[in-house]
Amino acid sequence: MIDLQFSQLITAYVFILLLLFIVRVRGISREKEILISTLRMTIQLILTGYILVYLFEHISPFFTVLVIAIMELFAIFNIYKRTKVKLSYALKKIIAISMLLGTLSSLIYFLLIVINISPWYDPRYFIPIAGMMIGNSMTGISLGVDRLVDGMKTQKQLVEAALMLGATSKAAAKQIADNAFDASILPTINSMVGTGIVFLPGMMTGQILAGISPITAIEYQIAILLGILGSVALTVIIFVHFGYKTFFNKESQLIIEDSSNPVL
Amino acid sequence: MFELKQVKYQDIIDIKELIIERNKVTCIIGESGSGKSTLIKLLNKLISCDCGEIYYNSKSLNELDSVELRRSVIMLPQTPAIFPGSIKENLLIGLKFAEKPLAEDEKLSSALQFVKLKKGLAEDADKLSGGEKQRLALARVILMEPEVFLLDEPSSALDEETEQLIIEAIVQYCRLNKKTLIMVTHSKKIAKTFAERTIELRNGKVLAEREE
Repeated sequence: MIDLQFSQLITAYVFILLLLFIVRVRGISREKEILISTLRMTIQLILTGYILVYLFEHISPFFTVLVIAIMELFAIFNIYKRTKVKLSYALKKIIAISMLLGTLSSLIYFLLIVINISPWYDPRYFIPIAGMMIGNSMTGISLGVDRLVDGMKTQKQLVEAALMLGATSKAAAKQIADNAFDASILPTINSMVGTGIVFLPGMMTGQILAGISPITAIEYQIAILLGILGSVALTVIIFVHFGYKTFFNKESQLIIEDSSNPVL
Repeated sequence: MFELKQVKYQDIIDIKELIIERNKVTCIIGESGSGKSTLIKLLNKLISCDCGEIYYNSKSLNELDSVELRRSVIMLPQTPAIFPGSIKENLLIGLKFAEKPLAEDEKLSSALQFVKLKKGLAEDADKLSGGEKQRLALARVILMEPEVFLLDEPSSALDEETEQLIIEAIVQYCRLNKKTLIMVTHSKKIAKTFAERTIELRNGKVLAEREE
């Protein structure tokens, strides 16, 4: 494997210079965003690199659990920030619970049963795999949250009409909940279809560049894609199953927040 | 059938006492903003009153399961709700929601005939006009055979003739089948023509009650 020298790494920034040149010539005012994002990416990755080196040298269950907790927290707050709709307190709680339950149970199954790592807290496996599962679940659930909240608002009339016809709140919200689940897992399913033909996944590419046999890299990649799908699906199904209930009270009445008079 | 005692809802409804009788056509009239629609939403627990009690068949609504109640006290909203799909699917969806046995095509067609909607069961419900949608929604609730119909006045987008037709159909059905109809309307003329009893609201309070 070719070890990148610092000077070699610097030459890669030519791509950014090229991009800056193009946007300048075309008069697209994006220089600031490009510079900030390049800088952030560089600093974040350098820091992550040093942190990972430290963690790999000081293997401890405490550090591994701490890192996972930080990842989960970051992911959960990122979902709150990324969703385009206003979230109620109850829904925020459901999002946090779904993320924790969905990702952690998939992660534990994947690491202990599928990969069978030892010790269970080995950060070399635990952290990158947790990152992929939590990251993908975060994206999936964000789409689901948008679709569910938006659906409950735009189709409020149909939901209320269903209640008037004697529907349970579950039946009244079923279509919207199903759409939210569908929207959440579709990107993951689509990426599985394109994998290996349209693009080579980052993890596999990284392993191949690091000198691992492509067959081993592919085995890992297949396992991780299945694990990601499982984690996204589990997270989203928990979210959808409990999330729709936050729009109803115990009398099966529709309650939609941030609207002054929802039922009139 | 319904009995209201000291019922308050926000600052919209403030009713000291009111009785709505079984098997009768009751019209609730009043100016817009007088609380008519809110009152009928209280009757099927689409909303709950802040204080006071509402009784249905001598049982407090607080003791009744909301979903079960709505299966026998069905409300037809101002704007008809049309679900994506065919006319048949729209007719059946009410029975599905209420977990009742589904009706055969023949029964569905006769419900359409009853509301004078000359359309095929397979046609797309979304392509119907406003008045036709209202009649489809009415046929749907008739198939559900509830005890009480709550009818919020059909949206003002309807022409007078269609409105008359819809109200005539439901009044006729209720009289034939001994059902209770509680109907909100702004029109005193409609109330005079169809109601056996009229309740007039103003600012959420009962202003007058009379037998027609």
